[in-house]
Amino acid sequence: MSTPIIEFRNVSKWYGEGDNKTEVLSNINLKIEEGEFLAIVGFTGSGKTTLVNMMTGLVSPSEGEVLYRGEPITGPAPERGIIFQNYSLLPWFTVYQNVALAVNEIYPDWPKDKRDEHIRKFIEMVNLTPASEKRPKELSGGMKQRTSIARVLATDPDLLLMDEPLGALDALTRGNLQEEILKIWSANRRTAVLITNDVDEGIFMADRIIPLEPGEKSGLGPEYKIELARPRNKKALNTDPHFKKVRTSILNYLVQLGEAAKLERNQDLALPDLEPIQPGTRSFGWLRRAS
Amino acid sequence: MSQTTTAPTPAKSASLTRFLPSLSGMGAKLPGMAKSAGITLASMLLFLLVWQLSATYLYNVEAKSRIDRVMTEQGAAEAEKMKACIASGDISCKPNTLPSPSEVVKASSLLLADHRVISADKAAFKAKTAAVNAQRKAQGLDLITYTGRPSFVDQIFTSLKTVAVGFLIALFIAVPIGIIIGLNENLRTAFNWFIQVFKPVSPVVWLLLVFMIVKTLTLGSDSDTSFLISAVSVGLCSMWATLVNTSVGVSSVNQDYLNVAKVLKLGIGKKIFKVILPSAIPLIFTGLRITVSVAWMVLIAIELLAQSPGLGSFVWEEFQNGANDSNAKIIVAMFVIGFIGFLLDRVMYYIQQSVSFEKALA
Amino acid sequence: MSQNPNSSLRDVVLNMRDLTKIYPTPKGDYVVLEDLQLQIMKEEFVSIIGHSGCGKTTLLTMIAGLNDISGGDILLNEFPVSGPGPDRGVIFQSPSLLPWMTALENVLLGVKQVFPQASKKELKDICAYYLDKVGLGNAMDKRATDLSQGMQQRVGIARAFALRPKILLLDEPFGMLDSLTKAELQDVLLEIWDKEKITAIQITHDVDEAIFLADRVIMMTSGPRAQIGDILDIGFERPRARKEILNHPDYYTYRKHLIDFLEH
Repeated sequence: MSTPIIEFRNVSKWYGEGDNKTEVLSNINLKIEEGEFLAIVGFTGSGKTTLVNMMTGLVSPSEGEVLYRGEPITGPAPERGIIFQNYSLLPWFTVYQNVALAVNEIYPDWPKDKRDEHIRKFIEMVNLTPASEKRPKELSGGMKQRTSIARVLATDPDLLLMDEPLGALDALTRGNLQEEILKIWSANRRTAVLITNDVDEGIFMADRIIPLEPGEKSGLGPEYKIELARPRNKKALNTDPHFKKVRTSILNYLVQLGEAAKLERNQDLALPDLEPIQPGTRSFGWLRRAS
Repeated sequence: MSQTTTAPTPAKSASLTRFLPSLSGMGAKLPGMAKSAGITLASMLLFLLVWQLSATYLYNVEAKSRIDRVMTEQGAAEAEKMKACIASGDISCKPNTLPSPSEVVKASSLLLADHRVISADKAAFKAKTAAVNAQRKAQGLDLITYTGRPSFVDQIFTSLKTVAVGFLIALFIAVPIGIIIGLNENLRTAFNWFIQVFKPVSPVVWLLLVFMIVKTLTLGSDSDTSFLISAVSVGLCSMWATLVNTSVGVSSVNQDYLNVAKVLKLGIGKKIFKVILPSAIPLIFTGLRITVSVAWMVLIAIELLAQSPGLGSFVWEEFQNGANDSNAKIIVAMFVIGFIGFLLDRVMYYIQQSVSFEKALA
Repeated sequence: MSQNPNSSLRDVVLNMRDLTKIYPTPKGDYVVLEDLQLQIMKEEFVSIIGHSGCGKTTLLTMIAGLNDISGGDILLNEFPVSGPGPDRGVIFQSPSLLPWMTALENVLLGVKQVFPQASKKELKDICAYYLDKVGLGNAMDKRATDLSQGMQQRVGIARAFALRPKILLLDEPFGMLDSLTKAELQDVLLEIWDKEKITAIQITHDVDEAIFLADRVIMMTSGPRAQIGDILDIGFERPRARKEILNHPDYYTYRKHLIDFLEH
């Protein structure tokens, strides 16, 4: 087998020292192969942002190592592009200028018209050509995220990291963008890593799903291979036996995780036997108490 | 702060002992604190150095112009005499310019010594007149009061008193009006032009306005109106930030909270005290903090003009006085004014922290 | 789609007749809802599903009395709804707790309103009972700001139930939570609902949530002039357990029905 594009070797990450030490991720071993679409399903506080930041190089592991094509990652590099949930567009630039900022940085030697053509190509790819002169304030959430996708793709990364890219969007826009990202991804089959808290999004988009355990000292859960033919169709999937099987087994795994974390309750508290009185109709409330 | 002041609070000392064993764990934080303290110290030294150098430079310029002037007016011999006189540091021919740090330190100890002398004098006066005053009081006559010159420290306390009264005036005018106009959109519109027009008016003009009114109102009374005039002027100049912030805070309560109040059918009083005010408190206090700093800043100018006692008149008198250490005393006053302003802001910040549900921005 | 088999026998709690909502805009009136008819039965859990902008939140806020009715009426136990009141408990999308109060004080604020005859101890008992039911028995005295978003929404649930409303309105209560917390809270909600059986109307765009919680799923067409497009009865027995429902043969049939409607 060829060298994986990303490899985690016994990686742990903690913040603080001594009494204040909180271990976020514990003993992570993971290989991401060239050209695959991996989804990591994680929940609030499970350390998924730390995980993705170790792949970009913004955070370094406390123990173990993270390798990019066999070499340890020392810092951020344009070959590993990232899309954030909050779009991170510069509000005083138009769509075109936001994309141009990245392109000019990566390809400073290109002639001006070649850069221009390149920028327009990617804006077209995310269907934003009519809005290319608009500023982020005038764009909907979906359009903003398209802009940030265009910006990342225009720098031609080997690895596309997505940290809950669609988390802030409504269901309909979310569905549409999932399909668009898949279409763009299928066109050149870059390696993609999607961090999400939505199991269905993971199943629809990825080749492989790995859940991240919730809470401190998160480790990776069992991996689930999604062997559904591409292109995928949401409606057709719902009746696909493999889809049902894999979805049910992932959800069962998560339900069982949730049950383990259930809170203590039922202290046999008694509820006073009282009838509610609607405010405004309670003028004789004091009489009742007196009697 | 000294150890004795922190020791009595049990919570603090408990957290301190908890802190000690894990000192190694705080390794990352400690160098950070040492670093920022070091940077502050270094920048202070740099500031003193720049100050010293510019003071020396200005001193030389002043000395040279003095010698040159004597040279053209009275000839070389007198100029040589002047040169020697300046070099000897004699007070009679000392160039008058930006004082150096050491002169300022000297001036501040002079001011303190002066304060001790005046306090002693005051105490002696009090002891001497105690018996007479007791008698006069019994007879219903006016008491004999100390009429000597106030010391620098007295001036500080007079200024603090003026600013406190001014701040209270601002508080009692701005907060209630802010709440009322915050609750009602029509009132807000009605008040808007008023706020927009009068907010930018200069402290001097406010002072004159207050002077016009107070002068008429106190006709016939022989009481000292200058304190009242300056306190009211300070209040009027500084209340705007609180007024605007209170009305914005009250009018912009999160719709979710208002919906909660609606669904529960809370009465108007409960709605204001349980929902609207707590939610507006961070903004109100931000306004009050601005009010305190503005009050302290305009106070100096107002005292200076109203000729009411305080730091402002101290600065003005020293400037008019033109004694050889006047400049140094003005610089001492400048540091004192700045430091007290900083302390007032810190005090407001801690009050804000303790009453607000949000963490305020430092 | 068949009517709820028992609907003729059970009491109608909430009756919407020819309900219309119009927002006037400079370009002319925008009709959100037009002549909507809907009956909600006693002890029924209804989910309303539809895309954003279909007017489902408008419908819910009208029932809550937070939004004016342009035409038709809403009868609650045969009396027309006018203005908000604690007989219609609302759980909002954001927990909207008052951040300067503790969990207990947040619940107490409403409880005091509807139990003016109760003693201090009784009031506290009511709050403690419901806070314990949502799993916050040990966190009652924590400030709202010190609680995670999931915990805050638990307080929101406790607050709504503690008012003992005639009807419970849930406006995408779990929309802002991640799916694990969401599932946890759905369980909490169902557990307490199974005990109290308060008629509930819930707005959601989450197909799985609607199936898991509801007796009836109302599907709304996209606006303007939104209509009830379809109604699906969910026949799962109560009390429901997530694992059984997930493995139930009808689950994916229901899911397909709803997805087909939404993707259409």
